[in-house]
This record gives sequence, C-alpha cells and structure tokens, in this order.
Amino acid sequence: MAIDLHKYANPTRFLRIANAIFPWSIVTTVVLLATGLYLGLFVSPADYQQGETVRIMFVHVPAAWMAMSVYSMMAVSSAAGLIWKHPVADLSAKAAAPIGACFTFLALVTGSLWGQPMWGAYWVWDARLTSMLILLFLYLGYMAVWGSFEDQSKAAKAAAILVLIGAINIPIIKFSVDWWNTLHQPASVATMDGPKIHSSILTPLLIMGLGYTSLFVTIFIIRVRTEILGRRLRMLRVNQLQE
Amino acid sequence: MRSFLALLKRDMLLAYRQGSALTMTLSFFVIAVTLFPLGVGPELNVLARIGPGVLWVGALLACLLTLDRIFQADFEDGTLEQLMLGPLSIEFIVLTKIIAHWVMSVLPLIAITPILAISLNVHADGIWAMIFSLLIGSPVLSLIGAVGAALTVAMRRGGVLLSLLVLPLYIPVLIFGVASVEAAVALMPMAPHLMLLGGLSLGALVVCPFAAAAALRLAVE
Repeated sequence: MAIDLHKYANPTRFLRIANAIFPWSIVTTVVLLATGLYLGLFVSPADYQQGETVRIMFVHVPAAWMAMSVYSMMAVSSAAGLIWKHPVADLSAKAAAPIGACFTFLALVTGSLWGQPMWGAYWVWDARLTSMLILLFLYLGYMAVWGSFEDQSKAAKAAAILVLIGAINIPIIKFSVDWWNTLHQPASVATMDGPKIHSSILTPLLIMGLGYTSLFVTIFIIRVRTEILGRRLRMLRVNQLQE
Repeated sequence: MRSFLALLKRDMLLAYRQGSALTMTLSFFVIAVTLFPLGVGPELNVLARIGPGVLWVGALLACLLTLDRIFQADFEDGTLEQLMLGPLSIEFIVLTKIIAHWVMSVLPLIAITPILAISLNVHADGIWAMIFSLLIGSPVLSLIGAVGAALTVAMRRGGVLLSLLVLPLYIPVLIFGVASVEAAVALMPMAPHLMLLGGLSLGALVVCPFAAAAALRLAVE
C-alpha cells in the first residue's frame, strides 16, 4: 500500500494517469448528470406532502455528501503530505478546497430554498445546518491560510494542521441528526437497515451522487494539473534568473 | 518539571507587569456587553433572555483579542527560538504559554462576569451556572486559540486570519456553554452540558499543544 502511494506521489506519473482519466471523466460527468437530472426532475414522482419541491433534494443531498467527502479527502491527503511529504498530496488538498467550498455553499443555498416552503424559514439554527456552516468557514479559513504565506511549503504545512483540526467537524455533521433533535431529517440512505426511501427516488439520487463525484474528479484534475504546471513554471523562471 | 514551572512563572510575571493589556481586555469585555442593552433596548426580561449568550459571546471576543499576545513578543525578540533550543520540548513550552494565557487573560474575564450578569438581569442560578460553565469551557478558548496564534505568528497582519481560523472552532464551546446556563435558569439539569464542555476541554488539551507546537516549528524554521 505504502509503495503504491509513493508511486503516485511522483508528479509526472500523476499527470500521466490524470490525463488518461480526464476525457473519460468528462464523458461520465455529462452522461450521469444528464440522466440524473432527467430522472430526478421529470421521471421520479412528486412527493405527496412536499409536491414538486422535493426535487430540490436531487441537487441538495449529493452536494452535501460531496462537501463532507471532499473535506475528508483533504484531511487524508494533508495527513499524507505531513507524514510522507508527498508533493502531490499537498497540492491535491489545495486543489480540492475551493471545489469543496462550492459544494458546501450549494448544499446550504439549495437547503435554504427548500426550507422556505417546507419549514417556513430560509434558515433555522439546528445542529446539521450550523455544522455545515462551520464547514464552509473551515474551507474559507483553509484557503485563506494558503493565500497568506509566501513560502508555499510553509503554507502547505500550516494549512494541513488547520484541516486536520477541523476534521473533527465531519463526524459532528454526520451524526448531528442523531445526537440532537434537529428539524433536519435523519439519515435515510446510508442507514444500518438499508435505504429507507423508494427506488424511484433513490435511483436518480444515487446517479446524481455519482455524477457529482465525477464532476469533482474532472475539476480536480484540471486544478491539480494547473498547480503542478504552475509550480514547474516557477522553477523554470527561477532557473532562468540564476543563469 | 523545574524548567516548566520556571517558564510558567516567567510568562505570568511578564503578563502581570504589562498590566495595561489586561485592563484593556477587561474594558473591551465590559463595553461590548454594555452595547447590548443599548442596542436591544432596556426591557429586563429581554435582557435576562439574551444575557447568557451575550456574556459568552463577549468573553469569546475579548479572549480573541488577547490571542496574538501568546507567542508574538517571544517570537519577535527571538526568545522563542532560544527556548526551543533548551531542554523543554516545544509541546511543553506551548502548554506553559497556554496556561499563562488562561490564568492571566481569561480568568479575569470570568471574575467580572457575575457583575455583568447582574446588570443584564440574569437569574441567580444562571450566574452560578455561568461561572461554572466558563471555568470548565474556557480552557478550550486558550487551547484552540494557541493553535491559531501559532499558525499566524509569523505573518505581519495575522489578526484577521486568526479570527477566521479560530472562531468557527469556538462555536461548539459557545453552544454548550450557553445551553448549560439556560438549563440552569429553566431549573433543568445542567450536568450533561457541563460534562460535554469538560470533554471538549480535555480533548483540546490532548490535541492542541501538539498542533500548536507543529505550527511553531513551522514559523521558526
């Protein structure tokens, strides 16, 4: 396992694999998002209580999943960056942060648009919503740390320390609906007894989830590639100046 | 252990001799809390309702103002580097700074909280709960704050970034702190909230010195 990781820590090899995946990830993103949106918006039935507003869920729930998964991924790769000093690990956490922040923001906005007709308020201060808001602030703080250091390797370490401390928020978000009596409904897809929702809704939801993941992979590859090339460009310029 | 105590004594003495910083923090706390009755209006039941929250938020912000002093002076004049060369490991150096910060900057805030609570018409039970919850929960403020201070110590204008980093992590303490006071006012058991606060403090005590030490190594190297 460790040997495998070291193999992928080489930026050139990473770029080669990423470039091979990239066209496929674009295709899967388009296909999955189109199918998911079509199934979610036109095929799946309207809810007997919520009516058509239930369709917001197909955008909202996968965004919230992604918000948490991206942060977890950043925490893991920051830890790898701190422990094994992988050059790609730091870059990948940096590249993932703005994407994760966008997913968090999307989840918050769609959630509040759904909350207005359902709960009668755009925002309620329950545990799930508040912890998601904290997650957004953590993403913003993380990006601010990257922006405030001139030395990139120092910025990487400082940001990694921050992201690892903030990782404590992830289980809090996940279990907030079980620990507190929240207005937000408890988990209904990933439960111990299997999914609690009907397949006509579950299928488009899962397709959307996969589509979001593949969207993330696509943007992520673009961003990491930009980071690696940018770093090489800087090295070239420094070398040129030295000659 | 002896060097730990000596360092602790030095830090406390330094903070004590620079008394003006302490008075300024206390004045900020008092003024910030005073603004609320003026802003919200002087109805006593409204004040009693929002009092615990106002006091906790005020204490949080006042504490935030003092955070940059934890490492700043020692970092700037090079003392920190000398200390790191010494026999004491960085984690313990950080711990002495945190203890000194809590005793010299946070305890005074807790000491004047009852007076402010009375002025906000908080119920007598609530005042006791307020003191207990602050005593148990406020170490988290110093501990997490030290990590933020260590991360931003090498920056020229780290103050704003410091609050962006630290305040989101303060939110759990705020929630449980205010919840314990409100439970006490409503004559409900406040022990669960206090235990959660204690858990937060102990958890932060384990994690934060290491994180702050890692951040300091980064700042000094």
